[in-house]
Amino acid sequence: MKFAVLVFPGTNGHLDMYHAVKDKLGEEVEFVQHDTKNLDEYEAILIPGGSSYGDYLRAGAIARQTPIMKEVARVAKEGKPILGIGNGFQILLEAGLLPGAMLQNKSLKFTCQTVQIVVHNNDTIFSRQYTNGEVIDLPIAHSVGNYYCDEKTLQELKNNNQIVFTYNGTNPNGSIENIAGITNKQGNVLGIMPHPERAVDKRLGSNDGLKLFKSIVQQWREANAVKA
Amino acid sequence: MQLKHEPSPEQIKQEKIYKEMNVTDEEFELIQKHLGRLPNYTELGLFSVMWSEHCSYKSSKPVLKKFPTSGPQVLQGPGEGAGIVDIGDNQAVVFKIESHNHPSAVEPFEGAATGVGGILRDIFSMGARPIAVLNSLRFGELTSSRTKYLLGQAVAGIASYGNRIGIPTVGGEVQFDPCYEGNPLVNAMGVGLINHDDIKKGLAHGIGNTVMYVGAKTGRDGIHGATFASVELTEESEEGMAAVQAGDPFLESLLLEACLEVAQSDALVGIQDMGAAGLISSSSEMASKAGTGIEMNLDLVPQREADMTPYEMMLSESQERMLLIVRKGHEQEIIDIFNRYGLEAVAIGQVTDDKILRLTHKGEVVAEVPVDALAKDAPVYHKPSKEPAYFRENQQLEIKVPTIKDYEGTLLDLLKQPTIASKEWIYHQFDSMARTDTIVTPGSDAGVVRIRGTEKALAITTDCNARYIYLDPETGGKIAVAEAARNIVASGAKPLAVTDGLNFGSPDNPEVYWQLEKAADGISEACRSLKTPVISGNVSLYNETDNTAIYPTPIIGMVGLVENLNHVTTQSFKNDGDLIYLLGETKPEFGGSELQKLMDGKIYGRAPSIDLDVEVQNQKQILQAIQQGLITSAHDVSEGGVAVALVECLIDTPFGAKIELDGEAVTALFSESQSRFILTVKKEHQAEIEKLTNAKLIGLVTDTPKLTINVNKETIIDLTTKQLQEAWKGAIPCLLK
Repeated sequence: MKFAVLVFPGTNGHLDMYHAVKDKLGEEVEFVQHDTKNLDEYEAILIPGGSSYGDYLRAGAIARQTPIMKEVARVAKEGKPILGIGNGFQILLEAGLLPGAMLQNKSLKFTCQTVQIVVHNNDTIFSRQYTNGEVIDLPIAHSVGNYYCDEKTLQELKNNNQIVFTYNGTNPNGSIENIAGITNKQGNVLGIMPHPERAVDKRLGSNDGLKLFKSIVQQWREANAVKA
Repeated sequence: MQLKHEPSPEQIKQEKIYKEMNVTDEEFELIQKHLGRLPNYTELGLFSVMWSEHCSYKSSKPVLKKFPTSGPQVLQGPGEGAGIVDIGDNQAVVFKIESHNHPSAVEPFEGAATGVGGILRDIFSMGARPIAVLNSLRFGELTSSRTKYLLGQAVAGIASYGNRIGIPTVGGEVQFDPCYEGNPLVNAMGVGLINHDDIKKGLAHGIGNTVMYVGAKTGRDGIHGATFASVELTEESEEGMAAVQAGDPFLESLLLEACLEVAQSDALVGIQDMGAAGLISSSSEMASKAGTGIEMNLDLVPQREADMTPYEMMLSESQERMLLIVRKGHEQEIIDIFNRYGLEAVAIGQVTDDKILRLTHKGEVVAEVPVDALAKDAPVYHKPSKEPAYFRENQQLEIKVPTIKDYEGTLLDLLKQPTIASKEWIYHQFDSMARTDTIVTPGSDAGVVRIRGTEKALAITTDCNARYIYLDPETGGKIAVAEAARNIVASGAKPLAVTDGLNFGSPDNPEVYWQLEKAADGISEACRSLKTPVISGNVSLYNETDNTAIYPTPIIGMVGLVENLNHVTTQSFKNDGDLIYLLGETKPEFGGSELQKLMDGKIYGRAPSIDLDVEVQNQKQILQAIQQGLITSAHDVSEGGVAVALVECLIDTPFGAKIELDGEAVTALFSESQSRFILTVKKEHQAEIEKLTNAKLIGLVTDTPKLTINVNKETIIDLTTKQLQEAWKGAIPCLLK
């Protein structure tokens, strides 16, 4: 399976993503620059965290204007798995590929720590290797991670089972309904504020993020087996 | 040439305008001697910043000579952007500490942010990939709204720069004392990784080679920043705002990647950060070091503002800029690389053979100064030094062991002292995990960062107990190095080398100069004993307000090598049933201690004593035991003594501890005797650890989350882990509310 890791000027989480896929999954992975116009050769698109365009104007607002995000929108419609982590989640929101918006953390401060996350819905291509209600440890590192949406959208998220991950116990950023990660209606685009790519090695504290990436690979293998 | 509105050379002399630039009468004479004529306004500006303490180390040079700077591991000692130490396998670690005290005192957010940006440029200007930053902070007591504001903004500034550029902040320290009320300290340490063959230096070699300017445009920010850093802060310092620079971490992240790519190119001859004193320091230093001259056409300098004068361009400290020396004819290769990152690279001059810095502007020569006069041959002052009366008085003071009635209450109060209390409120604002190599995040003795593709890691720490150094600069200097090394060893690493951030008051005060000399003596002796040479550093003097100096604060940044990831050790207790040992002798030592500060509100007496032979032996024993796999946790005993160290080992664990101590209770619990460690071992290793080390068994890790301490069989502390943790974690957020 071949993964694309998108790189915008200022992006800094791309290496973490790259190593997670290459070293821990053993899958193929390439960096793809912001001005690329075609993503056909990749089976999954990863949008990493870390300050594209310095988070200037508004986190994700400039990155969404790039040529590659047009292409991401196109392949999203095709149903390709698209995962945005941290700033990647913010970009997906700005691009309208996920509903809602991101606010400053309630504390108005950056926060970096390992927090507990509940797997709210394991019936997605990103979470199928987890069990429902499973509590996992994932690091967070953001200042704009306070997910917000209006009442109607929230109802839709709930009705369609789009809320995949929620914070357990103390909510670190004030997000609505403790939301940590959501998918689009189709279920092929996931945005998540915590960093599963930073939780792939026990030596660094947790490898609970690995199952998220493995879920994507498993789904792809099964789908391709059927096609063959 | 004289520009409109600028005073003429004669006016400068007659009206003593040089004094406004902090140039003395004698120095003005010396400038005339170097030039053989009167300097014009631009030239005077060049001398003023290059001869500031910040750039020239004119007052501290004789003291810096004391430091041991060589060793088999040293690849680059002091004098370049950063020092470099071999770590084997053709790899090396690059590191340096730098101060941003005065900018942070008037504009804490940008002051602290650009401190991070500057130290990172020092690292990547050597061709190294930055892998970690640390910060060492000092503020007044957390009681005034001003101090709370300074702390909040400085931390936010560091976070905004370090987090955005994606380099993890893996450690540091913060202390609070009234002496920093008007003059906080913000020191940042940068660490990078490099292959031996990729090392780049700031040298303008090769007559005819091209001088290229890369990065941000030059604006009017930070003019005279280096001068501002070299004078005392006064009521009017807020007017120095124009001397504070603003940072752009996004631009720096692009500059970083572009510079690392350029460092791989044969076209690059030399590279230096335009840091303090920007264009003038980078150009004159690179030429002076290489024995060449440099000619620059200032019309070609990318400018952010209209009508900038040569004086403004040369003295600007606009951030995120680098000066490159490029092989003639290969300029386009460099331009192409920078263009790919959306950055400009502009040829602005060339290397000459006449050892002169020559600047032209609008077709005229506006400055012509020997480069050595600006750099290598800057004046050096041997300042008078005098032992202060307070030192002798404190040495002769016999301190009684404090009387404590409520041991539990005292321990809880100590845990709430801001210097001891949890710094989570601060370090949770820093991304400590970016790059996914941080094995030990802030909160333990040292930050530990693995080296990808190997089984090795680096342990990194900063340390300095300025109270000890105030009471006894020489002993305190030794302790600062020893404690840094203890942190490194307790983390499972062998100490490699030191970078020092010397923060002191005015060297014009003989008593302050004496502190500087004595502290340097102590640091040097400890560095020799521990085989950790000083490979880089920074001097920040004139840290005074209203004629009151800060405590002498030479911050020690230290890096150690973990030879195998299995050796990485933290302070937290690991298993129920593990045996708890104390290594090192406990004596009644309370001078400068947290207990003294808590009970008396001031510090006095003698600093704790230190025997460097014992220190070396104890560190050796701990490291051997770790490398043999005998130790499950290790922690250095520092502020607050054994009782506080034990609590720190229990934080965020499900465990408790049962401790049996003997001797006098206050000493056993709270003395700050040096060279001590708390360690735990599995029961089956009892015989081995007792054979290998002199550590004394003092207790047991239990599965009841409670700390029970008996002294001479009598229980004097019996508190739940939760109670201890709440006191320790709650203190700083509570003070900041």
